Amino acid sequence: MPTDVENWKSEVYGNEIREHLFEFAERGFDSIPDDERDAWFERFKWWGLYHQRNGQEGYFMMRIGTPNGVLEPGQLRVVGEIADEYARGPGTNPIFGDAYADFTTRQSIQLHWIELSDVPAIFEKLETNGLSTQQACGDSWRNVVGNPVAGKDGREVIDAWPVIRDLNETFKGNDDHANLPRKWKVSVTGSADGSGQGDINDLAFEPAYKAVDGNGSGSGEGGGSGEDAVGFNVRVGGGLARNEPRFARDIDVWVPPERVSDVAGGLSALFRDHGDREDRYNARIKFLVDEWGPERVRETLQADYVDFELETAGRDVREEYTYNAGEGERNDLVGVHDQKDGRNFVGLNVLVGRMGAADVLELADLAAEYGSGEVRLSQRQNVVVTDVPDEKLDDFLESDLLEHYSPSPSPFMRGSVACTGTEFCSLSIVETKNRQVRFARWLKENAELPDGVEEFHVHLSGCTASCAQPQIADVSLRGMKTRKDGEPVEALDVGLGGGLGEEPGFARWVTQRVPADEVPGAIANLLERFADEREEGESFRAFVARHDDEELDAFVDPEETDYEDPMLHNTKRTWYPYAENDALDDAPPVPADD
Amino acid sequence: MTTSLRVLDDGAWISVDDHREVRVSELWRLDAPGFCGCDMADLVVENFQEVGVDGARVETRVHGQCIACGETGVTDWLPVGRVRGGEFVEYDRSCVRRTRRE
Repeated sequence: MPTDVENWKSEVYGNEIREHLFEFAERGFDSIPDDERDAWFERFKWWGLYHQRNGQEGYFMMRIGTPNGVLEPGQLRVVGEIADEYARGPGTNPIFGDAYADFTTRQSIQLHWIELSDVPAIFEKLETNGLSTQQACGDSWRNVVGNPVAGKDGREVIDAWPVIRDLNETFKGNDDHANLPRKWKVSVTGSADGSGQGDINDLAFEPAYKAVDGNGSGSGEGGGSGEDAVGFNVRVGGGLARNEPRFARDIDVWVPPERVSDVAGGLSALFRDHGDREDRYNARIKFLVDEWGPERVRETLQADYVDFELETAGRDVREEYTYNAGEGERNDLVGVHDQKDGRNFVGLNVLVGRMGAADVLELADLAAEYGSGEVRLSQRQNVVVTDVPDEKLDDFLESDLLEHYSPSPSPFMRGSVACTGTEFCSLSIVETKNRQVRFARWLKENAELPDGVEEFHVHLSGCTASCAQPQIADVSLRGMKTRKDGEPVEALDVGLGGGLGEEPGFARWVTQRVPADEVPGAIANLLERFADEREEGESFRAFVARHDDEELDAFVDPEETDYEDPMLHNTKRTWYPYAENDALDDAPPVPADD
Repeated sequence: MTTSLRVLDDGAWISVDDHREVRVSELWRLDAPGFCGCDMADLVVENFQEVGVDGARVETRVHGQCIACGETGVTDWLPVGRVRGGEFVEYDRSCVRRTRRE
């Protein structure tokens, strides 16, 4: 039997939601009939609006999808102005204040405290400037991700940016692909560093070479004229959520750039037609790939969804992957890097991805002054300012703003990723962003990495939804609760040794339910053991790999230190965990219509 | 009068008549011998799997973890509240919840 969500989607979904959304915005939040709220809140997601947690009635998170994380000149300023004007609510964050933008692990932007009545004006401003919230959430094509410096990266095999633009234009607002069984996450990467993180997406296109004949079609491994064409190998069925992590499976298909859209559309349609619409927990395509196997996915794609002969997989470049790999250079895009046109791109660390509106506006000005005005977003919640010529580089690097968003930060700041957490999210079990900021600051002052280890990734996710991608970090932290001295406290499960690269691996959850205030001490103790017992030149990931879970559990060794965690006892029902009067009964009323 | 019950937002909520009434992330004490070996399980509620009714009683099956012993899994049906006069009344969150006995 179809779920309630499927029934609602069958009534109204996709582009047509917008008309209703604007009517409700015009008439006010209270005009949404009481007995239709569940349905409309579900539908609003398709237009990037997610109703915030309980106690925050009438306020929405708004997600802006920026394909491949690319913000054209002027667009970051628009985001900053919208955040400054509209992303203000009754709660003030003790670290970040009011009005901020969150850069996400899928190269999108999230704003909070958005009121329904402001949505039409925000949409108009976004769309006038080439931005959109369309399909940023909901059961359809989400923001297409990849290497954010596509088209500019000196390590590029093929420029994936035109392919991503084409996918965005083809599948956003496309009624044939607007209503899928579940979310559909696509990655297209053209660089040899793996920075598109295709392995953890529903559908991944990764750079690969293929011998082709004179007509551009493949002629088998090593056959044909011997000329290597550059295109993409295809993987399907990756994802991290729900304690069911999967890496995308190789379906033995190579596709030239001009046919990516056909294959992507074919697989999206296959998912639309064969995905599980009766059980949302089983709906992602990773479960269909589990059930069918990659061979059947390929056979069905060939038989029913494309009208040309699929090529077998080409020669990939996975052995060169370093992004989030836990070893080698360029685990991220922070720092100064060469563009292939002789200019530079500069990756700046945005701790846990959150930036105040005033800083967003200042960064937009700096990008225009020292670069082309373009800014790009990475999957590690950081920003990249592109097109900085050599003669302007030093002045840019001396900008005051870069003291806070550094191109050469402490490894603990650089490696921090955190999801939204209980501040706004219904699913989260613990507070996250502010906690990870405090963790990083404490570790910077109190922990050391062994000589030669320049990067160390700590990802904090509030629950098993895994929005902070915890399973692919050196240290993976996942929200839990426990009792300490008999009292309930926020806690974290600790996983170790995850990463992507040529041979990706998920973190092993070795220590459970560490009270949050003992986590920094645990990481410091772990690093001491790593320094003491590390083999010459050994990476942390390799160190973890050669120890069993019991040994690693002993290395973690939770300990109270001078680290203080103000959210440790955040276990009661609150409307906003940082509010002075935080009890749920003190929640503010639904915002009045303007 | 019918009561509308749903699990929403990836299992984050139990919605009763289109109001988000019960949420995840809380600690529940369970008398649920089938879930783990503890006399009283101390369950972190991670996801609601299903919601239903037994008479006026609203019940749910929960994916969670007992923080006393570390056992994880999905519970049998547990009570979360009652519908009285068309209104949902949630049980005191500190109460001990017993799984449905057939």
